[in-house]
Amino acid sequence: MLFCRRLTHFRRVAPILGLGLLAACAAPPPVADNDPYESSNRRTHAFNQALDTNLIRPLARGVEPVTNGPVGSVINNVAGNLSMPSAILNKTLQGKFEDAVHNTWRFALNTTLGIGGLFDPASAMGLTERDADFGGTLHAWGAGEGAFLMLPVLGPSTERDALGKVVDAVIDPVGVALHSPQSGYARGIKVVSKLGDRARFGGTVDSIMHESADSYAQTRLLYLQNRRFELGQEVGDDAFIDPYANPYGD
Amino acid sequence: MTRSSIRMQTLTATDPRRRALLAGGAVYAGFLLAGAPAFALNVDQARNLIDRAIGEVNATINSGKSEAAMLNDFEGIFTRYADVPTIARSALGPAARSASSAQMAAFTEAFRGYIARKYGRRFREFIGGQIEVTGAQPLKSYFEVSSVAKLRGQAPFDLRWHVSDRSGRQMFFNIIIEGVNMLAAERTEIGSMLDRRRGDLNALIADLKSI
Repeated sequence: MLFCRRLTHFRRVAPILGLGLLAACAAPPPVADNDPYESSNRRTHAFNQALDTNLIRPLARGVEPVTNGPVGSVINNVAGNLSMPSAILNKTLQGKFEDAVHNTWRFALNTTLGIGGLFDPASAMGLTERDADFGGTLHAWGAGEGAFLMLPVLGPSTERDALGKVVDAVIDPVGVALHSPQSGYARGIKVVSKLGDRARFGGTVDSIMHESADSYAQTRLLYLQNRRFELGQEVGDDAFIDPYANPYGD
Repeated sequence: MTRSSIRMQTLTATDPRRRALLAGGAVYAGFLLAGAPAFALNVDQARNLIDRAIGEVNATINSGKSEAAMLNDFEGIFTRYADVPTIARSALGPAARSASSAQMAAFTEAFRGYIARKYGRRFREFIGGQIEVTGAQPLKSYFEVSSVAKLRGQAPFDLRWHVSDRSGRQMFFNIIIEGVNMLAAERTEIGSMLDRRRGDLNALIADLKSI
């Protein structure tokens, strides 16, 4: 356990870096309701709801004719290809070398045959994207997810994943390689791709964000369960509800 | 005489080996009796149930019907394949303890329509896609059937079905979509709805019908 030994050293400096969440080597099992910032999180969520109603949803609907068509899939392809170097780096940092090689082939094929990522021939060959981010890398290194956080604009996260986002922004090889104005174009493409997602999953997003009786509680539950699933984390007993053994769930 | 029959003869009534054999046999018989209902549903049957349910879902999402007609189909599928009373009771949670049987019946009916419309709308977003069963295995006290939804222009995603026959019939009682647990989500949602109505179950039942 090479990472473990490294981490014991890392843990000593962790509090200085404000990484108190790096608690154990094997990532500790998630805590069901770790939400000490709930009241401020709820305020941020209310802000995000208003932002979605007044800006993001109308924008997404406005660009939907474009994002829904062939131009949209080109934008998606480019955005996906631009995220590959960061995924390769994180898979490597996580020690998942097979995934890193898989992603490298994908990136190489789509950048060459796919003409700079405009097309996605790799997926047709079965080389689908294997996403990774630095939050996942911290998990692989043994960090717990920490408290739940609602980020302005970006939405649900955890202390670990929010820190991961900051690190990703710094270490992204594409960000390092590209300079203005190309870096600006890259960012623009990613934003349009996200707007396309907002339009495509419109019904689902609306039902969670605007129609739910307590949309904050739903968002938190959905984010945490999905994120733990993505990271292949041991799911707590609450995920395996047996309504026959415990009909009232109490 | 073969060797084993010689050994058989030597097992007298007081022989400890004989008693061990008898005890073993009794335990084995007990296992069969107690085990029979628990293992009545096997992994193939669970898989088969979800295969049929998914076949109907696929037929619906590729039928080209109107939204209303599709939601109607989904309610039928949900009624035939899901253990609605158990899901409804679990979603209502502790409040179900103090509900009268008339209230529970009304709640279960309202919940059936609500859940079929809500998840039917999600499944409708799979139009043009295909769901396939990929495996089945025992999990805790029930079975988990894995499936994958393949949608146009998107990464395939993971859909799991939890199946049990403890209601007396083979039914699914939970769906896990990319790790998100329907029962857990609905327990939170129905709990929030009830809180908003200050615990008034009748108001919740009335409102569920229009959501």
